[in-house]
Amino acid sequence: MIKSLKIRLAITTAVCLVALYFLVPTFITQIPSPWNNYFPKDKIHLGLDLQGGMHLVLEVDADKALESMMERTANDLKESLMDGKVRFRNVERAKGATISMELTEASSKPALEKILNEHYPDLEIASSVPHDNGQMVNLKIKDKRAIDLKKLTVEHSLETIRNRVDQFGIAEPEIIPEGDNRIMIQLPGIKDPERAKTLIGKTALLEFKLVDDEHSLEDALRGNVPEGSTIAYGLREDRTTGQRGSTPYLLKSKTLLTGASLETAKVQISDRFGEPNVSIKFNSQGAADFDRITTENVRRRLAIVLDGVVHSAPVIQERISGGQAQITGNFTMDEARDLAIVLRAGALPAPVNILEERTVGPSLGSDSIHQGILATIIGSLLVILFMIVYYRLSGAVADLALTLNILLIMAVLAAFRATLTLPGIAGMLLTVGVAVDANILIFERIREELRTGKTVRLALDTGYNRAFITIIDTHITGIVAAIVLIFFGTGPIKGFAVTTIIGLLASLFTAVFVTKVIFDYVTLNFKIKKMSI
Amino acid sequence: MSMELIKPGINIDFVGKMKYAIAFSTILILIGIGSVIFHGGLNLGIDFAGGSIIQVKFSKNVSADQIRASLKSTKLENSTIQQFGTNEFLIRTSESFSDQKMLAANVEQPLSAAFNKDYEIRRVEVVGSKVSADFTRKAIIAVILSWLAILIYVTWRFEFRYAMGGILALVHDTLIVIGAVSVMNMEFTINILAVLIFVIGFSINDTIVTLDRIREIVKRNPKQKLGDIINSAINETLSRTILTSLTVFFTVFALYIFGGAVIRDFAFALLVGTVIGTYSTIYIACTIVLFFENLQLSKMKGKK
Repeated sequence: MIKSLKIRLAITTAVCLVALYFLVPTFITQIPSPWNNYFPKDKIHLGLDLQGGMHLVLEVDADKALESMMERTANDLKESLMDGKVRFRNVERAKGATISMELTEASSKPALEKILNEHYPDLEIASSVPHDNGQMVNLKIKDKRAIDLKKLTVEHSLETIRNRVDQFGIAEPEIIPEGDNRIMIQLPGIKDPERAKTLIGKTALLEFKLVDDEHSLEDALRGNVPEGSTIAYGLREDRTTGQRGSTPYLLKSKTLLTGASLETAKVQISDRFGEPNVSIKFNSQGAADFDRITTENVRRRLAIVLDGVVHSAPVIQERISGGQAQITGNFTMDEARDLAIVLRAGALPAPVNILEERTVGPSLGSDSIHQGILATIIGSLLVILFMIVYYRLSGAVADLALTLNILLIMAVLAAFRATLTLPGIAGMLLTVGVAVDANILIFERIREELRTGKTVRLALDTGYNRAFITIIDTHITGIVAAIVLIFFGTGPIKGFAVTTIIGLLASLFTAVFVTKVIFDYVTLNFKIKKMSI
Repeated sequence: MSMELIKPGINIDFVGKMKYAIAFSTILILIGIGSVIFHGGLNLGIDFAGGSIIQVKFSKNVSADQIRASLKSTKLENSTIQQFGTNEFLIRTSESFSDQKMLAANVEQPLSAAFNKDYEIRRVEVVGSKVSADFTRKAIIAVILSWLAILIYVTWRFEFRYAMGGILALVHDTLIVIGAVSVMNMEFTINILAVLIFVIGFSINDTIVTLDRIREIVKRNPKQKLGDIINSAINETLSRTILTSLTVFFTVFALYIFGGAVIRDFAFALLVGTVIGTYSTIYIACTIVLFFENLQLSKMKGKK
């Protein structure tokens, strides 16, 4: 240890001052004007269990993204094959993310390979078997590319969700990837968890499709869905009865335009009923496409489909060239606002599933923090009282160190913007126990040495030296165990481990270093014959 | 005169009573295992088993039966309903509501129908099966790795047989705390896992202090019999062992009394762990060190 008492005193004072510096914003809410520039801004962050909020773990279904990509690729491939004059039958997406097709002439395989090489570098032939006169061919995405695509899908989802949450306006959200395909979201202090979940989890795939008026809807509903068309439903709510029902539509499968071509979306109040609707504006490419689509299909109906649900299917009265459109439906103001947000932020590239959800109401959070703090204070007071009764003035020195220990833990939490959770408070309480243990070890040793008739100075030094080895061992085993927990534990356990590690390190400083400084200072400056221990 | 709980020069024959301790520990562990079997496994919380917990606080007097009646013919029909403080209830189900509308349909609508709006949903936790499987795997790895890490550190600082003594004492403590959780039919949650890990840390802390003393006396009197050395080491550190355990016990007890309902199970397991951790330091860890010593001695005799 450092010999010079002056240097040790200086270190102790410096550490106390730094700790207090970082705790200023936690304890003083309003720092008067010229001073507030000199202090940190961060209070101790409270975990969701203490301040209320929502914790979500989402899983991005990246396989679905691959499947829908293959769906589109299969359609494109048909056109490429026709352009290349390759004769084929039944090109369609098969199980998983593969495309199955039949070449009617075996000799056209090289032509297929050429097309794949030139236009579809991500695809490869998984298998091909002779069939009749031709070949049955299975196509799949190259493995490396599939992994890249999945990774991109997750990154894109993360970005989209971050955009949505930002636009929704939640203070200090935390959105981080977890593992390969998971996203962890923490929204502190959220008032309406259901609404936030809908906003985050909605795929928000906006599609424009033509209504198939050439075929009979009734026929299709009976099971005879014509090639190239699908059935989709629109939700209807009867204004007067409030009853919900669904209306079937027969739509062309081909998507003419998607939400990816949007420039912006905002809420508007319609003139006639004062109802909110969402007005969308296409980007320049989208506007041109929309112009062309409306020109070619005047008098036909264009369905606006969001996540597979038909919102409206108005008749195209005339060519629309401004690139503007409205999505109407029975929206409440909140629903319209949220829809505008998700449309602006873009669609999720793949559906997401909620794997884990923890929502704590603000009232429970504040109950928990009051009880947690109460328990910590009472527990600490009991220990402080016990130490003074049992070890008298030496006990008071240990108590001083203990208080400093708790302040240090809080200062480190504030400085590193770590979060204080309920298990974290428990961890703090436990380090109080360990810190006191260090002092008990030292004091018992000193008593032993005093009993053998040593002077106060000598008993102090040998007592500290002997106990130090033991204290180091107990602290390091504790830290080793806690580090394992940080790596392998999950949320709450991590909070417990983090405060425990900080507390153990702080306790090495306060219970050993600081108390020794105080004892040395007192014994060197006053003539102490008998120790109060 | 200073205050002394344990008088210096105390000399209790701990080593002589070790057979009783072994018998006592064996009985405790068997009771624990018996309880786990009797209850058909551990009562795993949603963190490990998957499912949902909904904590509801009512603004007027309501009974668990009334709540159960109101949830009839929803998916929560077979859920466990547990009172949790005044007019506060936990509804637990193995169903995990990953669908967003499910919660509203199965909880809010029936509750509103039965109790108007005189309630507040204070907490919702939903853990899907994928996540709970992950938690379980990680929890087991974490506990075993923390044992291993301690084993390696103690072997490095002391000797392997000391480390074995420490680790087996930890396994002993873990088994007994799990047993106590099962006997009380408490849910085995992530918080209980945190307790197990704390007990591991606390117990090894205690054990190391005693092992340290054994090592110190061995250095001083290398000729003395290990049984006697262990006895004096335990006696010399007894004062500190009891004092530390008492202070930790105080703080945990404060947590148990004042920490609120959320933390009560957690604090209960901590109380058990504190007592067992202290006991195992004195009896289990030292017994095993002695056992390995005797094993070595008889091996050496065999060679002669």
